[in-house]
Amino acid sequence: MSKVRVLVGTRKGAFILTSDGKRKDWKVDGPHFAGWEMYHLKGSTADPNRLYASQTSSWFGQIIQRSDDGGKTWFQPGTPPGETTGPGGMPKGESNKFVYDSANAPLTTHQWYDGTQHPWEFKRVWHLEPSLSDPDTVYAGVEDAALFRSTDGGKSWHELSGLRGHGTGPNWQPGAGGMCLHTIILDPKDPKRIFIAISAAGAFRTDDGGKTWKPINRGLYSQYIPDPKAEVGHCVHHIAMNASRPGVLFMQKHWDVMRSDDAGENWHEVSGNLPTDFGFVIDVHAHEPETIYVVPIKSDGEHFVAEGKLRVYRSRTGGNEWEALTNGLPQSNCYVNILRDAMAVDSLDSCGIYFGTTGGQVYCSADAGDTWSPIVRDLPAVLSVEVQTIA
Amino acid sequence: MKAGPIRVVLPPHLRALAHVDSEIQLEVNGPVTIRSVVDAVEASYPMLRGTIRDHVTGERRPFLRFFACSEDLSHESADSPLPEAVASGVEPLLIVGAIAGG
Repeated sequence: MSKVRVLVGTRKGAFILTSDGKRKDWKVDGPHFAGWEMYHLKGSTADPNRLYASQTSSWFGQIIQRSDDGGKTWFQPGTPPGETTGPGGMPKGESNKFVYDSANAPLTTHQWYDGTQHPWEFKRVWHLEPSLSDPDTVYAGVEDAALFRSTDGGKSWHELSGLRGHGTGPNWQPGAGGMCLHTIILDPKDPKRIFIAISAAGAFRTDDGGKTWKPINRGLYSQYIPDPKAEVGHCVHHIAMNASRPGVLFMQKHWDVMRSDDAGENWHEVSGNLPTDFGFVIDVHAHEPETIYVVPIKSDGEHFVAEGKLRVYRSRTGGNEWEALTNGLPQSNCYVNILRDAMAVDSLDSCGIYFGTTGGQVYCSADAGDTWSPIVRDLPAVLSVEVQTIA
Repeated sequence: MKAGPIRVVLPPHLRALAHVDSEIQLEVNGPVTIRSVVDAVEASYPMLRGTIRDHVTGERRPFLRFFACSEDLSHESADSPLPEAVASGVEPLLIVGAIAGG
């Protein structure tokens, strides 16, 4: 029987939640890496027991953790357990090391909050995206914005510097959370095509495996930047895609929910009747590519749900027409946020939807959003939620 | 100068990463300085590389400090000799995380 494994990153550790296909009874395992900020954990689709995790701290910097047994045990891939010296004196501890490739893309500057130029400085890994075919290949989206790749199971990391070296770099700027590359989408039908998104630069696409990148922000309109229709500078919060239709993308921008039907070449707004179109998460039903989910947040100044009500909104028409999903969610005195990587869907026949809140709740709907129940209520603030459907 | 075992106290999170329960002891060849001691820490516990000093610049991470013999050595040159009590193993070098919380 199928089961699901939910990987939860929080401000103070990681948790692994498992259940069978009914998704009623849950086992909660954790905290792993207690006390550390766990920005993201994600499993490989090629080998579901291979998990990668971003462990980070303002004190101690960036650590990459890997599990080869579905999260039971973890190790730093640059330094396997019990191994303190490498063969031939090879340097170890390399999996912690994210160094910009200044040989191929000089370390330029980006725009700081006050409009002055500021040097690129590595801070942390926001998102890990394992290859769809090779468990040892994984991409990392980092702050300050850049894309790295490991092809040796996370032991060493190398920047795909064409992105950071894009000529528009001096116009990129940090959002409130920092200048982070937070979204990485691998095209299942074209291994050379990758979509990424940066706050606040916008969305970019490569069609040559990461050598060159193109901004794909036409149609975005952002009143908070000097030129609302600029090529870059938009605060894209998250992008989602259904694997069966790689050319169709859905975006939650700072404000506005957007849609593209041509791989990001053109976007149009599908906010429709949403009560507010500010938000962070967006996701697509596993089997119905026109069914999408968002959680509207009151405003950019008030990062919590509106009216004290936690409402997921679902559109079955690819946007514009939205319905509030509230059954099982608190409808009074609720003031949580749902951060950009904190929603996921499973691929069971009855599609499960999951999201985590800054209040530490992780909710599950086993019926595509019609009804909800909390898996856990009192974790640290949730930064990310991913789910694996395991046969 | 061949020093005796150097004692180093790591902050709890780094102890967890290094899989050690208490203070660590290290051999350091040559002058006993912040740099040589942290080099020895990283050689014995490579999973800590980048957690005490920046990978690229080699500078102390800003939220960490070095103390020994009730002195704050955080702003001393990394190549200054550490106190004799540290070099002889009588006192530990303390690597301390900045206080978090109120």
